[in-house]
Amino acid sequence: MIHFKNIKKSFDNNHVLRDVNLEVARGQSMAIIGGSGTGKSVLIKTVLGLIKPDSGIIIVDGIDVNKSTHDQFLERFGMLFQGGALFDSLPVWKNVAFRLQRGSQKRSKDEAREISIKKLRRVGLGPEIADKYPAELSGGMQKRVSLARAIATDPEIIFFDEPTTGLDPIMSSVINELIREIVVELGVTAMTITHDMTSVMAIADQVAMLHDGKIQWCGSRSKLKDSGNSYVNQFIHGTAKGPIKTLR
Amino acid sequence: MTLAKIVSELGRFLIQFLVSTGKVSIFAGQALSYIFRPPFYLREIISNVFNIGYLSIPVVGLTATFTGAALALQIYSGGSRFNATEVVPQIVAIGMVRELGPVLVGLMIAARVTSSIAAELATMKVTEQLDALITLSTNPMKYLVMPRVLAGIITGPILVLVADSLGVFGGFLVSTQSLGFNPNNYILSTVHFLTAADILSSLVKGASFGLIATLMGCYYGLNSNHGAQGVGSATKSSVQAAAVLILAINFLLTALLFTA
Ligand SMILES: Nc1ncnc2c1ncn2[C@@H]1O[C@H](COP(=O)(O)OP(=O)(O)OP(=O)(O)O)[C@@H](O)[C@H]1O
Ligand SMILES: [Mg+2]
Repeated sequence: MIHFKNIKKSFDNNHVLRDVNLEVARGQSMAIIGGSGTGKSVLIKTVLGLIKPDSGIIIVDGIDVNKSTHDQFLERFGMLFQGGALFDSLPVWKNVAFRLQRGSQKRSKDEAREISIKKLRRVGLGPEIADKYPAELSGGMQKRVSLARAIATDPEIIFFDEPTTGLDPIMSSVINELIREIVVELGVTAMTITHDMTSVMAIADQVAMLHDGKIQWCGSRSKLKDSGNSYVNQFIHGTAKGPIKTLR
Repeated sequence: MTLAKIVSELGRFLIQFLVSTGKVSIFAGQALSYIFRPPFYLREIISNVFNIGYLSIPVVGLTATFTGAALALQIYSGGSRFNATEVVPQIVAIGMVRELGPVLVGLMIAARVTSSIAAELATMKVTEQLDALITLSTNPMKYLVMPRVLAGIITGPILVLVADSLGVFGGFLVSTQSLGFNPNNYILSTVHFLTAADILSSLVKGASFGLIATLMGCYYGLNSNHGAQGVGSATKSSVQAAAVLILAINFLLTALLFTA
């Protein structure tokens, strides 16, 4: 279980997270929605210690994130970065198998490659791209390689930062199904940032809406349509009128 | 500008200088401590030795050869003013081995290696590859910095040996081909004149400059700001810092080793 308590984070005068409180239960799929630049990516990075909150604590299974031994702690996580963040000095299969080639989860080279190719297939990529370099792939393919890397060691908790952005509708639904499968079959706890309401409907148990540095609404997916929350309504209907300001 | 303002500017500069010296020292300490702590990424170390060392040989060799050749010409023309042209082999040897060989290597790897390390690591930072590395339970200091710094320390002395020999060879070539020196005598005078201490000091300088060049690349790369501009300015600052530090440390080492 992941518990955010009173998380605050500012970059100079940019108060991104003002007071975030959120609980994600074990084995649950939580979707985070919210406008661009509201701090969704920052929020996820605080769990992994990539960004230190100014105040507040994050508890994962009863352990304070900032007090845990880092390497072991991180082995329980998988993360799909918004920009892919593939290592461009390594071929695709070594990117996917990065964790399988070093540290406590090290396997033999053949085994690592085999797992890597299996994971690539799950995200709709064939073995012919295994030896290519990330720069040789299209943006959507890079995203999927990154997704394969995030799930390569079957982690318990996975963060997906906009998994379907930049993918065609068919590939999007393949990825949505994959995320759903991972949660249901493997009991993974997932937090997915997305702007894509189809995606939300396909993968989420719970939905949280981040705006103005706070969680404005959190509830189950089925209640999303009649949340009675004006922020949520504006967001899911994509209207310009409402409490969320649009600069034009 | 008033005097007070000048003083305060100087003060600020001094404080900034001390702060960054402190930060760089801590960074250096961390990087070096990882040399002795597992895990050791052997593959990374080997590939960096190849990149930093082997691939620098052509540029180091060429610059050293030309410099040695020019040095011989200058010493010959300068020496001829007081009938001392016969010292060419000795001065070329001492000049190359004690000073120019190491300095050339230092400056060449600052240009070639420091810049590429800084640009690469800064780009990795900008594209979240460093974050990805940390999330994959890999410490960037161990995986990226330590192998580069170690490769710098290992290959610095080797490159200096290459520069020393080719520099002396450049002088030899010019002296025997156009200044009328006897090849055998030239080689004999060089070998007799150089001491083990000369060569050792050269190697010590090589290791220090290899350390400085790689360290500056890593430091500025990992501390770059976001965006393409951040990558550019990290690269520029790293080369500047490496070149200045290499020349300063060279002076200190010369003072320490040769004025006893
Ligand atoms: N390392 C950083 N340094 C300074 N500011 C940052 C940094 N990272 C994020 N920010 C700022 O924090 C705010 C939130 O960024 P974040 O990336 O979390 O947005 P987001 O909700 O993920 O948006 P999007 O949906 O567009 O990805 C932005 O205003 C951004 O400028
Ligand atoms: Mg984001």
